[in-house]
Amino acid sequence: MVAMDLSEMEVVYQHPHALVDMYTHFCPGCTHGVAHRLVAEVLDEMALSERTIGVASVGCSVFSYNYLNIDFVQAPHGRAPAMATGVKRVLPDHIVMTYQGDGDMISIGAGEIVAAAGRGENITVIFINNANYGMTGGQMAPTTLPGMKTSSSPNGRDVEQAGYPILACELLSTQQGASYIARRSLHDPKNIRMAKKAIRLAFETQVRGLGFSMVELLSTCPTNWHMTPVKAVKWLEEKMIPYYPLGDYKVHPTISELKV
Amino acid sequence: MPLKGTIVVNENLCKACELCVVACPQHVISLNKEIITPRGYHPAHLAEEGCTGCGTCALVCPEAAITVYREKRLIQGQEA
Ligand SMILES: Cc1ncc(C[n+]2csc(CCOP(=O)(O)OP(=O)(O)O)c2C)c(N)n1
Ligand code: SF4
Ligand code: SF4
Repeated sequence: MVAMDLSEMEVVYQHPHALVDMYTHFCPGCTHGVAHRLVAEVLDEMALSERTIGVASVGCSVFSYNYLNIDFVQAPHGRAPAMATGVKRVLPDHIVMTYQGDGDMISIGAGEIVAAAGRGENITVIFINNANYGMTGGQMAPTTLPGMKTSSSPNGRDVEQAGYPILACELLSTQQGASYIARRSLHDPKNIRMAKKAIRLAFETQVRGLGFSMVELLSTCPTNWHMTPVKAVKWLEEKMIPYYPLGDYKVHPTISELKV
Repeated sequence: MPLKGTIVVNENLCKACELCVVACPQHVISLNKEIITPRGYHPAHLAEEGCTGCGTCALVCPEAAITVYREKRLIQGQEA
């Protein structure tokens, strides 16, 4: 252990205020934790926690209502965008975000999310794509890669039978009401920085009343992928990014001019 | 001379995932095999000299378990 006198030093990084200081249920190395931390940092930087309402989804994602230090409601599986619509329309001066997994958002909730984007609902969606249903034991999700083994596709996803993974950013960016749609990854420091900036821009979109914003975060599920956390981030980089290209899919002109 | 830094790992939050261990550009973090936390993990710690306080470990930590410190940069001609 290397000891130093901390009183002589400045704090470069500390636990964000908008993140509750508690032990989480997430598996070791699960990047849900990184996503939570980035959302909390952005809420702190924009001083939004006091007027932000979260809508939690069903999945490992659900406990965001315990971990983020903001008000929360919880929606039935896939219905977070519908609930967020109601909250935002009743409380338009509040910031409303959903935090949803891939099984939640683009499987059972695919209808809700497309409709919310089409309506241009002024809400922000944080979408965690870990290529499986995490909480229930790693079953195949619409986002599972072709050939990828899961507990319900033990021989690998057969596209002849189960079709191809759904590309949420590509799909939602075709909607007129969508103003900010971006895909980022949580596998390394550089990409985590870029992910944070995208989350910031998504909230900036809502603050300006510009319409629907969504950030897709490619994420690991080391437990159900049967990998160590270190191996899982490598796998994400090598296998997921080629199928899910990172980048900005739609950016409102006001937001592209913004410097954050 | 790079500035000197240090980290403090919250052992109640750390789950020994080792993401910080591989991310640290100075390779000065390791799991502390001398300690087992109540939940059964060997928490990460600063094992060697050479931390610059860059904050990369904190950036990758899924548990927000790391606080990063750096020595104050003294502006020339100014008292500490
Ligand atoms: C209506 C309904 N159907 C099914 C379930 C069971 N269920 C709980 S979590 C979950 C999958 C969640 O997966 P995902 O959205 O990918 O989130 P993750 O756990 O990976 O974060 C399912 C199907 C449920 N709770 N409600
Ligand atoms: S099951 Fe997967 S998504 Fe759920 S907490 Fe564990 S690693 Fe994360
Ligand atoms: S990244 Fe965080 S949780 Fe993982 S070993 Fe390092 S301090 Fe512990």
